[in-house]
Amino acid sequence: MQHLHRSHIYGVMGEFGDPAELIHAVEKIRAAGYRRVNAYSPFPVEGLSEALGLKRNMVSTICLLGGLTGGLGGFLFQYWVATTAYPMNIGGRPLNSWPAFIPVTFELTILGASLAAVFGMLALNKLPQPHHPVFNVPRFTHASADRFFVCIEAKDPKFQLTECARILQEVHAHHITEVSDD
Amino acid sequence: MSAGQPPFDSPEIRRLTPVIGPGYTYGSVTDKISAIVLTRPTSLGWYIGFLIAFSVMGMMTVAIAWLIMKGTGIWGINIPIGWGFAIVNFVWWIGIGHAGTLISAILFLLNQKWRTSINRFAEAMTLFAVACAGMFPLIHTGRPWMAFYMMPYPSTMGIWPQFRSPLIWDVFAVSTYGTVSLMFWFVGLIPDLATLRDRSVRKPMKIIYGMLSMGWRGSARHWHRYQSAYLLLAGLATPLVLSVHSVISFDFSVAIVPGWHTTIFPPYFVAGAIYSGFAMVLTIAIPLRKVYGLEDFITMRHLDNMAKVMLATGLIVAYGYFIEFFMASYSGNKFDVFLVQQRLHGPYAPYYYALILCNILIPQLLWSFKMRHNVAVLFIMSIVVNIGMWLERFVIVVISLTRDYVPSAWGRYSPTFWDWATFIGTMGMFVTLIFLFVRVLPAISIAEMRELVAETSEDEK
Repeated sequence: MQHLHRSHIYGVMGEFGDPAELIHAVEKIRAAGYRRVNAYSPFPVEGLSEALGLKRNMVSTICLLGGLTGGLGGFLFQYWVATTAYPMNIGGRPLNSWPAFIPVTFELTILGASLAAVFGMLALNKLPQPHHPVFNVPRFTHASADRFFVCIEAKDPKFQLTECARILQEVHAHHITEVSDD
Repeated sequence: MSAGQPPFDSPEIRRLTPVIGPGYTYGSVTDKISAIVLTRPTSLGWYIGFLIAFSVMGMMTVAIAWLIMKGTGIWGINIPIGWGFAIVNFVWWIGIGHAGTLISAILFLLNQKWRTSINRFAEAMTLFAVACAGMFPLIHTGRPWMAFYMMPYPSTMGIWPQFRSPLIWDVFAVSTYGTVSLMFWFVGLIPDLATLRDRSVRKPMKIIYGMLSMGWRGSARHWHRYQSAYLLLAGLATPLVLSVHSVISFDFSVAIVPGWHTTIFPPYFVAGAIYSGFAMVLTIAIPLRKVYGLEDFITMRHLDNMAKVMLATGLIVAYGYFIEFFMASYSGNKFDVFLVQQRLHGPYAPYYYALILCNILIPQLLWSFKMRHNVAVLFIMSIVVNIGMWLERFVIVVISLTRDYVPSAWGRYSPTFWDWATFIGTMGMFVTLIFLFVRVLPAISIAEMRELVAETSEDEK
């Protein structure tokens, strides 16, 4: 443990070599009563969301809303153009020729839903975010390659530096480090 | 079946041809793929290849500049053939793009592990093919600087696009396709950009990859939403890719032109698109794995599977040709019957026979296990299919337009130098973009390869 004198800490981080150890550690830490826990991995680890107790996320709802907006907006817009803004009488055919509006309505549904899914995901993840305290840990560069990390955050009501370090040791974490909040 | 060959799709075959070579770890896949971008010196071959492709692209630039100065009269088009090379090439390129989305979206939904190492560059190929495709209708308008007229915007003239026209459907289909493909590709790239950020040594590279990765840190909470978004995008891209070539086929089938006005067009166009797209993926994958030593990631299993998809879609295309014949004869419509006869005996008959040879006859070799496992044969086959699919679009566009209802409206079409210069030029642009892509971005998804390592090591346990 280094830099114990510093007052601003983001949390305590431990490192693991494979996904099974990571899930085991997360389960143990949560069982000990910690709630502000996060894990970092170079690829999505199956079962990690459940171990962390993450609930269903909002991305699919946002995506649905985006799709509805695109589809309904697209159709009503074409309806308005064809009947009100720029009506064209072609051999007395009906102005609201809705079957002809379906391809564009379909494309705009997909476009709206996709834009909403991607930008909704980024917004919920608060990305882009150029800096984050976890990047202060030198070994964290391995989080995008071959190592798995668990961080118990200082915001946790139970947070206590030495106690957190102890529990990480108990689950056999390597390189237990304090994460500074600068 | 030859003697000693293990039974089809048995565990034995899976062991012999795995989706990833043995002995890889999270670290070693990361090292191997990121090294292509970060540490491997740029080879002389890359510079030579890039220079050739870039020069060919320069020819396209000249051809387009000349077109803008002179107008579409420099091409071989004239009434009654208003849709020459521009539309043939547009349909060809956009079809090629379809395999990328199919691999990344449909095979993802079907949980096909073998898609992992080919999806990234197949998606890149989609984007570049759409870029090449989009160019053609744009310059075919004759006044590309007026292209914004196709967009619905409140103009001072109070006019709006005609939403009943398939050409406007095209605008929406292709631009949605381009946008969604770009997002799909970029979302897949985010974790890999973070890897490149963490592994690059030089400051400018760190900053560029850092900005592009948007501060991705692999947080479990982020992955949770990321996976939802990725799955949703795959689910959305699947009907989208089927709709795009359907909409493009409407350009033809909605028109009351003999040979175009048929209901088989949408499914037959989509199958043809996937056919030519897989051919192009093979055309790119075979040199790529050779040059960068990626045989452990793009294995024979991948090439074999892609060959099988080609064979299957090729048969659907063959069925489409057959139904075109059958419907024309069965309908008894004399114009349709005449058109079919023109394909067999008219002035463009050699193109039609070449198309049958390239698209139907030669690919039947893929039934053979030996042929599917012969890389050289696959490479040649992929080129043959690409030529065949281009001929198909040429036959569809040109024969119907030169043989309309009234003999006084008949004509002949031959492309000019500038037609060829533009077409070959877009191939230069495509290859240039591929060269740049493999140099600056990971051509194989590193994050998904790590997932594959985790899954295969679990299987072995």
